[in-house]
Amino acid sequence: MEEEFEESHRTVPKPKGMADPEARRWEYLRYILYRPGPWVPEEATQGTEAVKFLERMKVLVIGAGGLGCEILKNLALSGFKDIHVIDMDTIDVSNLNRQFLFRQADVGKYKAEVAAKFVMNRVKGVSIEAYCGKIQDKDESYYKQFNIIVCGLDSVEARRWINATLVDMVDLEDGDSIKPLVDGGTEGFKGQTRVIIPSFTACIECQLELNAPRAAVPLCTLATIPRQPQHCIEWAHIIAWEEERKGDTLDTDDPEHITWLYQKAAKRAAEFNITGVTYSMTQGVVKNIIPAIASTNAIIAASCCNEAFKIATAMNPSLGAPAEGENNYMMYSGDDGVYTYTYSYEKKEDCPVCGITAKKIEVDGEMYLRNFMDLLAEMPDAQLKKPTIRTEGQSLYYQAPASLEEATRHNLSKKLSELLSSGDEVAVSDPAYTIDFRFQLIFK
Amino acid sequence: MPGTTPPVLEGAPTDKQKKYDRQLRLWAASGQQALEEAHVLLINAGPGAAGVETLKNLILPGIGKCTIHDDCKVQDADLGVNFFLEQSNIGGSRGDFLKNNLQELNPDVDVNWIWDPLEDLLAKHDALKPYTLIIVVPPVHPNSLSKISQHCQATDTPLIYLHSVGFYSHFTMQLPYAFPIVDTHPDPETTTDLRLLKPWPELSALVEQKTRGLEAMDNEDHGHVPYVLLLLHYIEVWKLSHDGKPPQTYKEKNEFKQLVSAEGRFSQPEGEENYEQAIAAVLKNFNYPEPSSAVKEVFKSPECQNITVSSANFWIIANAISQFYGTNGVLPLPGSVPDMKAKSADYIQLQTVYKEKARSDVATVLGLVRDLEQELGRPQPIEEREVEAFCKNAAHIKLVRGRPLQVIRPGENVEWGVQAKSAVNKLSDPDSLIGLYIAFLAYDVFCANHSSHGIGARAHEPTEDGVDLDWNSEEMAETMYKIIDVLIKESGRTLEEDELEEIKSRSSKFVAEIVRAAGGELHNIAALTGGLVAQEAIKIITKQYVPVDNTCLFDGVFSKTSVIRV
Repeated sequence: MEEEFEESHRTVPKPKGMADPEARRWEYLRYILYRPGPWVPEEATQGTEAVKFLERMKVLVIGAGGLGCEILKNLALSGFKDIHVIDMDTIDVSNLNRQFLFRQADVGKYKAEVAAKFVMNRVKGVSIEAYCGKIQDKDESYYKQFNIIVCGLDSVEARRWINATLVDMVDLEDGDSIKPLVDGGTEGFKGQTRVIIPSFTACIECQLELNAPRAAVPLCTLATIPRQPQHCIEWAHIIAWEEERKGDTLDTDDPEHITWLYQKAAKRAAEFNITGVTYSMTQGVVKNIIPAIASTNAIIAASCCNEAFKIATAMNPSLGAPAEGENNYMMYSGDDGVYTYTYSYEKKEDCPVCGITAKKIEVDGEMYLRNFMDLLAEMPDAQLKKPTIRTEGQSLYYQAPASLEEATRHNLSKKLSELLSSGDEVAVSDPAYTIDFRFQLIFK
Repeated sequence: MPGTTPPVLEGAPTDKQKKYDRQLRLWAASGQQALEEAHVLLINAGPGAAGVETLKNLILPGIGKCTIHDDCKVQDADLGVNFFLEQSNIGGSRGDFLKNNLQELNPDVDVNWIWDPLEDLLAKHDALKPYTLIIVVPPVHPNSLSKISQHCQATDTPLIYLHSVGFYSHFTMQLPYAFPIVDTHPDPETTTDLRLLKPWPELSALVEQKTRGLEAMDNEDHGHVPYVLLLLHYIEVWKLSHDGKPPQTYKEKNEFKQLVSAEGRFSQPEGEENYEQAIAAVLKNFNYPEPSSAVKEVFKSPECQNITVSSANFWIIANAISQFYGTNGVLPLPGSVPDMKAKSADYIQLQTVYKEKARSDVATVLGLVRDLEQELGRPQPIEEREVEAFCKNAAHIKLVRGRPLQVIRPGENVEWGVQAKSAVNKLSDPDSLIGLYIAFLAYDVFCANHSSHGIGARAHEPTEDGVDLDWNSEEMAETMYKIIDVLIKESGRTLEEDELEEIKSRSSKFVAEIVRAAGGELHNIAALTGGLVAQEAIKIITKQYVPVDNTCLFDGVFSKTSVIRV
């Protein structure tokens, strides 16, 4: 009888020490940390130990913009206490429609600094250390100190850099060397969240084709047969500026420069009877502006932090969890109702960053090395804009130093078949990345 | 140089345009104006973080006015979940501090706070009249929720009801019975309508002019004939040997591609991009422009067929376009032409032929609209702009049928009506989160039954030695099973015993996870929900994009959403 009573009235521990205001403040969070759930593994540490563990976690946030502001707030309110943030940008007035930690008076100040200060001020007991600079300023010894990295970036290049750095740091003998990377991105009403466990799940480079660059308009179209208002703007941007204001560095944030481009583009459009060139479009094309709103950033940043919280606490399964076939990607679209697709993006054997084999590409042996370089820039799964190309035995083309560039320049006008045989491997490096990309060229 | 004024920046944006630039690129000045004319009421209760995050995401883009109804006092627990409250606010009125901290986000917005008990507020005549959108966060008494829902139905005011508990969240939208949208922002890939199988005389004349002597053209000219004209030309060639019919089947379209391919001068070093574009466009564009089922649904709806003097503009224009469709067998031409390899002047000429046809279609529709206005004796003519915008997106308009919110009361059943069958089908689908929706219905019953203790209570005294959760789980699960049984009965379906068991066991896990959170919010889930609900609010207010119809569930355990109609 006694036992039955115990069994049916089993109580679940409430957070201890509720007289303590700190415990009362985190009451809701602690329910989750103290109580078992249907999907919480039995071996997960719960209770006060879980709280301590979470508080010891060191998290790095990359980006203090639209996603970054939200991420900092979310992490601070998820029980993380030791947060670092990197961003090189300063605040612009066009940030204020979504980057809610900034005010009109902050325009021109460093984002990371203002954001860190605001969140620390609002959420007592959280420490946020800001670094106003580039992620490339820091090396492995810096990244080593963190347990989790959460990215809210708008640049593919920066994502690829941190990804390659983190994959490179993995030492399979040392579990601490594996730094889970949670990455978010948005455009308009759409976005995605992905979790990368370096060298275990598909990395950013495996997924590079998802960030395919827009097809560039051929120069001859811009120069001789424009048809769209964007063609006129690109003409002003790429050709007219170079011809008429050579020496002036184009600053896309300088209204005088944008006005000049706009007026040039408008005049050219009129000559060709093309309509639709506006100041706003000029700015959009020249700065490659991606529409961004508070609500989408809120969704994606929160999803990223939810994953970071689950990774840190095991209080539910996270994306990218080590089990085979576990989902690691959530794509989100709010254009037409709400639609998400959560799936497992497969790791690639021939990924230049985390794979083991060279990537096979079919090329025309009659292609000139010069055109092969353009191909490397355009290929969705390469996107290498300043390639230096070597084979095991010879240097095909070097971007720098100038002496080597000069010595290899003549190869640019040679056909691939003169330089290589089908099946040969080339190593490509690019100043934007720390690693070599390996390609095996198969002639069509 | 002193005395000189800086150059006038022609077309340069105003301060407001600069601040809102990144969103104006989505919903344009018209959407922004609609936002600025809106007044949102948030009826906030419980931990209340999701509601506040929603408001944040509406204040930042510059909603005109918002009002927070909140009669709670700030407690320690608020600080752990709500970013817009701080230590010094403890013990004060939550709504008051929220108002101040939210107002700081955007001086353009008018943020207000009201604190009368909800029952008193709702008892006042016209208390809800000022609001153009109402968002309700529970716990809220079922009587109050009913009253709000009825007010919104009677006044065609959109209502959003949301939950955010632990790793889960939910919202249901009660839209007006008829919620039509013109500016749905379809994927640009789907909007090209070239009418290749239904050219009009001016287009055919242009084809004739620009493809005359095609074979004899030099490479420069041959490689610059726009692909639209090439395709129209080769269709005529094809027809000569196919009883005057264009390629229709998949097989014929492929044969047609070969015909075009044989004419391309691909051996020259540059290839022929226009021929490549022509071949690539065949499968996508060789269709008769048949209206989608969504468009036909609009034409068939009683509001379109029985227009009156007081019909909304949408229905008058829809009626005119359905007449246009009846006469012409096609919708008005949108008139845009994608970019393609061509010389500037040829492209502009082609573009002009499409634009002029589109303009003439607009003129026809406008004529029909004016006739209707006269017949009905409508005092205000519809602006031409509105007719034009409608014609341009006629193939992508959408009608959402709002349904009343399901308000559940202890001891009573909810009605599923026409949705019962599909709801039961979804229950059997392990990927659907409808079980989570039903768990939230059970949660509302639980909250109504235990207003001062248990998982739904905000102000229950935390104890050191623990609280009993099992009775919460059991009671909620019982309620949920009852809702499921009633639903299955209403649908007229019978389920196998083991299937029913599986459904119940799956759903009971939702209950367990909800009970685990004890009615508390996780900030991440609250923030995510606030993002989702704000997106929907923006879509409803701007009447752009397509809103959720009508219920969305988020599962933060497995990072998935479901949309269901209840």
